[in-house]
Amino acid sequence: MNQEIRVTNYPEVLTDRASHYCPGCHHGIAHRLVAEAITELGLVDKTILIGSIGCSVFIYNYLSLDAIESPHGRAPAVATGVKRARPDKIVFSYQGDGDLASIGMAEIMHCANRGENITTIFVNNTVYGMTGGQMAPTTLVGQKTTTCPGGRCRENEGMPIRMTEIIASLGGVAFAERVAVNNIKNIKKAQKAVTKAFECQTKEIGFSFVEVLATCPTNWRMTPIQANKRIETEMIPYFPLGNFKDVLAKEEK
Amino acid sequence: MSMYQDAIIAGFGGQGVMLIGNLLAYAGMNAGLNVTYIPVYGPEMRGGTANCTVVVSDDVIGSPIIRSPVSLIIMNGPSLDKFQPQLQDGGILILNSSLIDPVKSDKNRVKVYAVPVNEIADSLGNSRMANMVAIGAYVQATGVLPVKQVQDSLGSVISEHYSHMIPKNAAAIQAGADYVIAHGQYV
Amino acid sequence: MSTPKRIFVKGNEAICHGALTAGAKCFFGYPITPQNDIPEFMSAAMIEAGGQFVQAESEVAAANMLLGAAGCGIRALTSSSSPGISLKQEAISYMAGSEIPGVIVNVSRGGPGLGDIGPSQGDYFQATKGGGHGDYHLLVLAPGTVQEAYDLTIKAFDLAFKYRNPVMILADAIIGQMKEPLVPWIPQGLDPDEGQDWGLQGAKGRAPRLLKSLFLDDGALAGQNEKLAAKYRAMQVETDQELFLTEDADLIVVAFGSIGRIVKSTIRKLRAQGHKVGLVRPITLFPFPSAVLLDLARQGKRFLTIEHNMGQMVEDVRLAIRTVADSAFHGQLPGNLPTPDDFEQPILKALEG
Repeated sequence: MNQEIRVTNYPEVLTDRASHYCPGCHHGIAHRLVAEAITELGLVDKTILIGSIGCSVFIYNYLSLDAIESPHGRAPAVATGVKRARPDKIVFSYQGDGDLASIGMAEIMHCANRGENITTIFVNNTVYGMTGGQMAPTTLVGQKTTTCPGGRCRENEGMPIRMTEIIASLGGVAFAERVAVNNIKNIKKAQKAVTKAFECQTKEIGFSFVEVLATCPTNWRMTPIQANKRIETEMIPYFPLGNFKDVLAKEEK
Repeated sequence: MSMYQDAIIAGFGGQGVMLIGNLLAYAGMNAGLNVTYIPVYGPEMRGGTANCTVVVSDDVIGSPIIRSPVSLIIMNGPSLDKFQPQLQDGGILILNSSLIDPVKSDKNRVKVYAVPVNEIADSLGNSRMANMVAIGAYVQATGVLPVKQVQDSLGSVISEHYSHMIPKNAAAIQAGADYVIAHGQYV
Repeated sequence: MSTPKRIFVKGNEAICHGALTAGAKCFFGYPITPQNDIPEFMSAAMIEAGGQFVQAESEVAAANMLLGAAGCGIRALTSSSSPGISLKQEAISYMAGSEIPGVIVNVSRGGPGLGDIGPSQGDYFQATKGGGHGDYHLLVLAPGTVQEAYDLTIKAFDLAFKYRNPVMILADAIIGQMKEPLVPWIPQGLDPDEGQDWGLQGAKGRAPRLLKSLFLDDGALAGQNEKLAAKYRAMQVETDQELFLTEDADLIVVAFGSIGRIVKSTIRKLRAQGHKVGLVRPITLFPFPSAVLLDLARQGKRFLTIEHNMGQMVEDVRLAIRTVADSAFHGQLPGNLPTPDDFEQPILKALEG
């Protein structure tokens, strides 16, 4: 009989419970990146989580942190309120692409532009996951969803939005990077980026933003392995990985 | 008998009607009375007049907005047309005779004090103090408050930066009051 | 005895002074007439008081900033006027559902839609019946004087934290723009640990806290709705109203806020002519002074509700007295400033029966 043995440790702030995420979904990895970053930086005790609407609405079940739910898209505004009320705490929002890049576009833009000392983890999987795979602002051209069954068409729906590039262009932003978690190498890079983002917050130098390209095998109608490959073959070519702004690195130079 | 006085103060924007409305209200408050002040804005402002309503009473004040006031300070022609018909019978009208022909006043129905406030202010060296002349005339004609009470309240409405202007404004108030004493009611 | 020091301020400023003396530490706003004095005043005063001021990108964002700040267990507020209050309803519903004590000021204007910038009481339904989605109530306080604007703002914070429920101050352009002497007073006994037993602060050395309005488990939302309903019942003890010459009155006028005080002048004049008219001015609109009205109805008095709208509070008046009496209604139309003269004929007509 096989017995499951844990071969690696994980940060205590991650709760020991089975997630509701679908097999092959990248949310679990993204959660863990956050958990590792705030643990490594010794911030767990003073971190406040700003939830959002989407599949990750239950993130508070997996991260053992003080947390508040936000209305759809408003997490950056709620985060602003929390940070202004408690400037000595570490505040981060965790948002999907429908939440952040569609209904919450105004809130994320202005929060970033004001240079609020908060961190936003933006999980981009190119669909509205929780509501059943509708078209998102980041849905790729040609990608079929339940509200663009013929595939996203540039003439009708426009082009997918590249958020990290937009965020990086705003004055209040200290850090903006796009990462993927589809392989070990990318996960390592992603880990560094998330840690740096929180580090920027501790240094109070402005808004920090990490976009995580993520799978949604269920709504993409793919197996986890196919979905992982799609990150490489379709998403990264349109959403290039890399750092778009790093005020801290500039200062160090 | 309880004390009650209300006034609509009206003129062109820039004639300082809001300022003397505030001054009258402050003077009332400083005299220990209840007062209200409300500026009128919105559609009515587009008729070319700015106006405010002040109520002074020793009782609790109900409405801060009055349709038929017991007194008026009218600084320009359009305001006379608009507000004179609403003035209560026997009410007091302070009329800026520098800009309005007193013949237009309803002198048989209301008590009219025609005061050339612009000329008086000019003679004091500053035409912008016409509003102060008007409030001085008003306070003298109505007896609502002692003239000195109003003069003493100037510091409440004139910012510290312009506090050196307070004596001149006090003189303008006095000049308005003196004009009413000297010339009395327009008949 | 020396007269207490009086300051001469607009209603909008009185609200600011009240919030500051009540210990508010964050203000989130957006420009809209006729409440602009509030964010303008707060932009300097809140910083001087060691707090935070944010001019938000939208009313939506301002209300959500309030959700976050009040979620930390600190005293915070937002202000707006009618169209802006509509935009805030999303966050207000979340505050009610998550039991977060934000204070919302509505210096209301005419509507629907863009309406006008003059006074109106057209937001009574929105304020007292919830306003956003879901099954909830705000505590709603309606000042009738500049002094009350100050007093009730202080009270709004106390009540918000007492019940962990959002509180709305429903003023209008008249109360917001008029000036009156105000006697400032400093509330005593503010609890320095207020909100610290449930607010967000980082889960150091204790179990994490979660502020949420999502209840998916079997029976969980039902439980939350029951809990909220019990809270709304408990709030009934906060009911407050002004009674003016009601004792020997044949006719009771019911009017709130600015209209309540304007009607008072009409009543004084009619009293001098021998007409037996009195006034009930609800100060809390939720909870509503139903018991007081029912008691007066049982004494055989007749009722006339006067509002600066086409008939909203009158429904609550009728509901309160329905077993014994009815209420006539006079609606003052928006776009004109109401004066005591406007209410003479309606009251005389109601007196005739």
